[in-house]
Amino acid sequence: MSIIRPYGDTTGDGMVQMSFTLPIPHDKRAEGAAIQLANKMGMDPALVVHAKPMGPDFTFFVVYGPVNHLVDTSKVEVIERDYPLLSPKDANLAIRKGLRRRLTVVGACIGTDAHTVGIDAIMNIKGFAGEKGLEYYRELKVVNLGAQVAVPELVRRAKAEKADAILVSQVVTQREAHVLNTKEMSAAFREAYSEETRPVLVAGGPRFTEAMAGELGVDRVFGRGTTPGEVASYLVDALVTRRKHAAVRRTA
Amino acid sequence: MTRAVKKLDLDPVTVRKARTLARKAGKPIVNIAKQHTTVSVERAVLRLAGLAGADSEGIPWVNRLADTVRADVGLEHGLALPVWDALLRGEAEDLSVLAQKAASGSVTFRLPEGKDATRARTASRKAAAAGLKKVDARRKERDRLIKRHGDPEQRPWIYLIVATGDIYEDIPQAQAAARAGADIIAVIRSTGQSLLDYVPEGATREGFAGTYATQENFRLMRAALDESSRELGRYIRLTNYASGLCMPEIATLAGLQRLDMMLNDSMYGILFRDINPIRTFVDQRFSRQIHARAGIIINTGEDNYLTTADAVDAAHTVTVSQLLNEYFAKEAGLEDWQLGLGHAFEITPEIPDSFRLELAHAMLARQLFPDAPLKWMPPTRHMTGDVFRGYLLDGFFNLVGAMTGQGILLVGMMTEAVVTPWISDRDLALQNVRYVLGAAGNLHEDFHPAPDGFIANRARQVLGESIDLLERIVDDGLLNAIGDGTFGLMKRPQDAGRGLDGVARRSSQYYNPAIELLEEAQ
Repeated sequence: MSIIRPYGDTTGDGMVQMSFTLPIPHDKRAEGAAIQLANKMGMDPALVVHAKPMGPDFTFFVVYGPVNHLVDTSKVEVIERDYPLLSPKDANLAIRKGLRRRLTVVGACIGTDAHTVGIDAIMNIKGFAGEKGLEYYRELKVVNLGAQVAVPELVRRAKAEKADAILVSQVVTQREAHVLNTKEMSAAFREAYSEETRPVLVAGGPRFTEAMAGELGVDRVFGRGTTPGEVASYLVDALVTRRKHAAVRRTA
Repeated sequence: MTRAVKKLDLDPVTVRKARTLARKAGKPIVNIAKQHTTVSVERAVLRLAGLAGADSEGIPWVNRLADTVRADVGLEHGLALPVWDALLRGEAEDLSVLAQKAASGSVTFRLPEGKDATRARTASRKAAAAGLKKVDARRKERDRLIKRHGDPEQRPWIYLIVATGDIYEDIPQAQAAARAGADIIAVIRSTGQSLLDYVPEGATREGFAGTYATQENFRLMRAALDESSRELGRYIRLTNYASGLCMPEIATLAGLQRLDMMLNDSMYGILFRDINPIRTFVDQRFSRQIHARAGIIINTGEDNYLTTADAVDAAHTVTVSQLLNEYFAKEAGLEDWQLGLGHAFEITPEIPDSFRLELAHAMLARQLFPDAPLKWMPPTRHMTGDVFRGYLLDGFFNLVGAMTGQGILLVGMMTEAVVTPWISDRDLALQNVRYVLGAAGNLHEDFHPAPDGFIANRARQVLGESIDLLERIVDDGLLNAIGDGTFGLMKRPQDAGRGLDGVARRSSQYYNPAIELLEEAQ
């Protein structure tokens, strides 16, 4: 059955509930406006079950009614993540079992970028969007170099820490600085390491899109709204599950 | 304040022991704080003396001046002597011109000796005293306004957050929140401000998930809430954040602009922002001395432990941190009424008796700190996006707040972790609070847990575990304990972390007029 409607208490009744606020005082006209909005959203008849003034200028509504839209589930497109999302506990377990040592992640804002917002949201234990940062993961050794780190310094520290993965964050995008800096970084790592021993390179920032990885010369790009859990899950997938480099390094 | 005193049969000897241990753990830290200074402590003196503004690149003049003086004579003697020596030598007519000259490299600083040192000392003391006088005047002004407009009728006071990133959007939102029933408005800072080693300048309209703490933003919001206080006949308090690399300076600005509460935790920056432990403890002590003087209520950050560690297993780390925060606060001159010690409703709702456990923990905090306006923080970890369940959870959170006489209640949002609060989210959240306080606000009069029941036993257990942990900390030393990952699972060694390069051991010639004045008054 690929054509469906919302379900209230009877198959095919199409019932939905919604709530919203209109920036007008509460009166009969406001309730009419709420019904009009609901009608335009495909809800007909719309029943305003609750309307409440919030201060002199706003009204809050709860509206119930059937929507006349049909949903075709065969036409739903899903973009699949190519790695499984792991809880911190599962990520730790996978590293402990698969690597039998801690996985080292070195992070930095490179070039002139002083905005550590992104790298801190991912790495600091404080985290982002209700998820704890990478520091929270017992099996991750996290080295956050902070802001304005020069690429040679990043390479040096990566070697000293025997980094498995490098995270760089780029927020400032003036004159394509984020692209140039990241390219410089990936080129430097390719020069300093052989392809088999090179750490996994990850770039992140609000102006990057996932498809840019090839252009930037990195293994993965994370865009706006990425959470620490996604990054950790990716690292586990790349370095433990798929064993990129990890096995080589252990015998080296 | 509602007092829910002596409801739990806690052994007074055990309670005394807990405080003694906290003092033993904290004392060596205070000694370290007294032996060091930081760039931010020194810049705070310049701010107190009236140096404000920034250069064309947005670098504050206090930073420009401090950096030059440091390059010439080092940080270890403090900035006051070289700076006021330069003024007395006629290098510039005031601090602002001196800072500009310092930035352009046209003045060289020295450490004055003998009579020159005495004169610089006197002049800097006078300048710092003038700043403290302004802080004192703001405190008197607050007392006057509270007398005129009145305090909230109920306890707990209702604490609401605004966070748009734009101070000019924050203002109408804050005023709307006050109208809707908020007693305290907190303006959340932009992500990452705690890691800036300077305080941004001016009115700001662009922040990440929050608004920058600046002197001008403080002034604008305080003025707007003074307007609301007049309109509503109730003094609306304003909160901001002192934590981070600039605690001393932000505390100073808060005192100068009559903020009423400041987030100020003794260990938050170390554990959650990887700020160097020594830097944090030195900055914390000075900032709290300023808060004490300004009549500001501090809010501590124990809720953060429970967002990283399990709220049942780690309940005692909250108590330990509260005891340490209390010790450090009192040592810095803060009084009981200024201690908004934090704790939170973060136990996994699915575990059996989770509500009884929450009650036990909240009552323990209430009884250990009977005269402190405890800050009760809503669930965040278990807010899943199911807003209906979240609304119920917030109702139970409010109920614990009402039953245990909390001082400050941070209003929980059912859309936590979904969106920054909408106007309707705030309205619904305040209805929730009002319903619970109206229906059960006096329940604490009837509520006496059985002396040997689940709640009382749990409270005693947590207190016992706190003492065990404090004993380990005393044996090991607090700095080592932090280095070993005792709190919030984070390992923070004392010779690492952000801001370490801004710390100096005081020399024998060290002089700081602000600290001298603050400690004389204490």
